[in-house]
Amino acid sequence: MAAPLVRIEGLTVAFDGAPAVRGVDLAVHPGEAVGIVGESGSGKSVTWLAALRLLPAKAAVAGRVLLDGRDLLALPLPEVEAVRGGRIGMIFQDPASALNPVLRIRRQLGEVLARHRGLSGAAIAAEARRLLDLVGIPDAARRLDSYPHEMSGGQNQRVMIAMAIAGQPDLLVADEPTTALDVTIQAQILDLLAALRRELGMALVLISHDLGVVAETCDRVAVMYAGRVVEMGPAEPLFDAPRHPYTRGLLDALPTLDAAERLVAIPGVVPDPRAMPPGCAFAPRCAHAAPVCLGAEPALRATLPGRWSACARPDLDLAAPPPRPPATPAPAAEAVA
Amino acid sequence: MLRYLAVRAFRAAVTIALVVTFAFVVLRMSGDPAILIMGPEVPPEALAAFRRAWGLDQPIWVQYVRYFGAILNGDLGMSMRDNRPAIEMVAERIPATLALTVPALVLKLAVGIPLGVWAALHQGTGFDRAVMVAAVFGFAIPSFVLALVLVLVFSVDLGWLPSGGQGTVAHMILPVLTLGLGGAAALARFTRSAMLEVLGRPYIRTASAKGLPWAAVVRGHALPNAAIPTVTLVGFLVGSLIAGAVVVESVFSWPGVGRMLVVAVASRDLAIVQCILLLVAATMVTSNLVVDVLYGVLDPRLRHGARAAA
Ligand SMILES: Nc1ncnc2c1ncn2[C@@H]1O[C@H](COP(=O)(O)OP(=O)(O)OP(=O)(O)O)[C@@H](O)[C@H]1O
Ligand SMILES: [Mg+2]
Repeated sequence: MAAPLVRIEGLTVAFDGAPAVRGVDLAVHPGEAVGIVGESGSGKSVTWLAALRLLPAKAAVAGRVLLDGRDLLALPLPEVEAVRGGRIGMIFQDPASALNPVLRIRRQLGEVLARHRGLSGAAIAAEARRLLDLVGIPDAARRLDSYPHEMSGGQNQRVMIAMAIAGQPDLLVADEPTTALDVTIQAQILDLLAALRRELGMALVLISHDLGVVAETCDRVAVMYAGRVVEMGPAEPLFDAPRHPYTRGLLDALPTLDAAERLVAIPGVVPDPRAMPPGCAFAPRCAHAAPVCLGAEPALRATLPGRWSACARPDLDLAAPPPRPPATPAPAAEAVA
Repeated sequence: MLRYLAVRAFRAAVTIALVVTFAFVVLRMSGDPAILIMGPEVPPEALAAFRRAWGLDQPIWVQYVRYFGAILNGDLGMSMRDNRPAIEMVAERIPATLALTVPALVLKLAVGIPLGVWAALHQGTGFDRAVMVAAVFGFAIPSFVLALVLVLVFSVDLGWLPSGGQGTVAHMILPVLTLGLGGAAALARFTRSAMLEVLGRPYIRTASAKGLPWAAVVRGHALPNAAIPTVTLVGFLVGSLIAGAVVVESVFSWPGVGRMLVVAVASRDLAIVQCILLLVAATMVTSNLVVDVLYGVLDPRLRHGARAAA
């Protein structure tokens, strides 16, 4: 395989002593789309914010984030600032609050063009119009003079995308870009991201709770749990035949069209980062937990070619859903589809 | 925007009318100006004549209607003591007051805002904590206490500066410091929290994620947004240019509007008191109006008639 564009090695992040990311290794290759999935609080956002050094100073970050052989975590800040928006663009969940409410779109978009493309004056206006066209905002010339509150959530997210690609990055990190939007708009934004990736040949990291979206959009998937990657591999085989019980659990929690089949939420909750269980962090919630799971925390190991899993019992048969929870239903553990 | 301004202007006028009415009621209800001005030993006939001359013998509502009507005609009445137009006497004192409050305002802005911004940008550092402790002190100490402390140190102990009176720049230093330090503390605290609030917003992270250097993020995205709430407090400080020096003028025997107000209240010189209160209300209300306009300029979300909760 070609050399990766970005390689995260042994990334750890802690907030006031509470670990949020506990040793993530992840590579993104040129042009590929990588999905990051996992429950809330599993460290998906923090991983990529840390990679771009966008976390507040109280976050203790260690490890390496290599781009062209340079470690972003060790570079002087001005060089990292040149990477942000220039080599790696990022968009966030809620476009309404991610745009500055008191500045016109022209200014917010123009800043990037001045910063990374060295444009000025009329060239900025022309390129800004082109970008708004590219992301599908009608009447681009007029929209440049709008403020964020004058546009819909979907349009604001398109503006965010235009800003993120304005510096012609090689990688776009989209952190739940559709969570705050209406369902119909979600599909449009995802289509836009996929189309832009094809046209511009950039890599995409798509952080999402939505396994369906990731399965559709991404080539490879990393499943995160409690600050670690627990399974990684090409999207289709990973979702068809997961190797880690947590991935299996996420899939079983997906609503299905078959109303007769009951939805099985993963029992229990994500562990408190200050009180991690011994051994595998997922063991307390795992239907397959065995004594071996309580020993050392299992490392991410190759199972099949291109597939990685961090399960202490790599030979489990996960083709079928796990045994049902006890007959007396625990309300937290079961929900009706 | 115009409609919005018209509503605001109307409200301003109502505010002033209420202040005028309130002043009228309180002053007429508390003590007899005739006795206070003429003295208790004056014969009853003289008191009656005084009351008749100033219309104090009329029923209170007649007095009120006359008084209000006169104000609407631009007539603020005559001083009962000096028999001169009140407005003229008050106007003579305004320059002396502004000579203290304007430099004090400059001091507040020049010290308070940069300290607040700097503290927010270095939150949690020793500098930040020092500024906050100083701000709490500066804010909590009443101005007459601060004035006395300054006098004790710089006039009595060190003998560097006069403790009262006027004439030279040296006379202005202690009153201006007394006025300015408290306001600077309040402004530093307010600016700091406005900045911190803005720095925590997602659009700041977006600006960083675009690759802007931190200085450009602060200049282009944090300061303009933090200015919006800060304008309110600055407007209030500007609004108190006339009224804010009552205590300090008294402590330093400074012949401004504030001391005139204290003297006039004590002697029930009705026209003077009412004239000063009207002036104070008018400056407050005007600066509030200006703040409202500035809000519209600074925050595009307010520009379209619809106004978010203040
Ligand atoms: N600024 C912060 N200060 C303190 N703790 C933080 C901060 N940001 C994140 N965390 C903690 O780090 C952990 C991982 O958070 P992260 O935002 O990466 O989760 P996530 O996987 O993106 O979840 P979500 O799907 O809800 O976005 C959480 O426990 C969170 O509470
Ligand atoms: Mg997140």
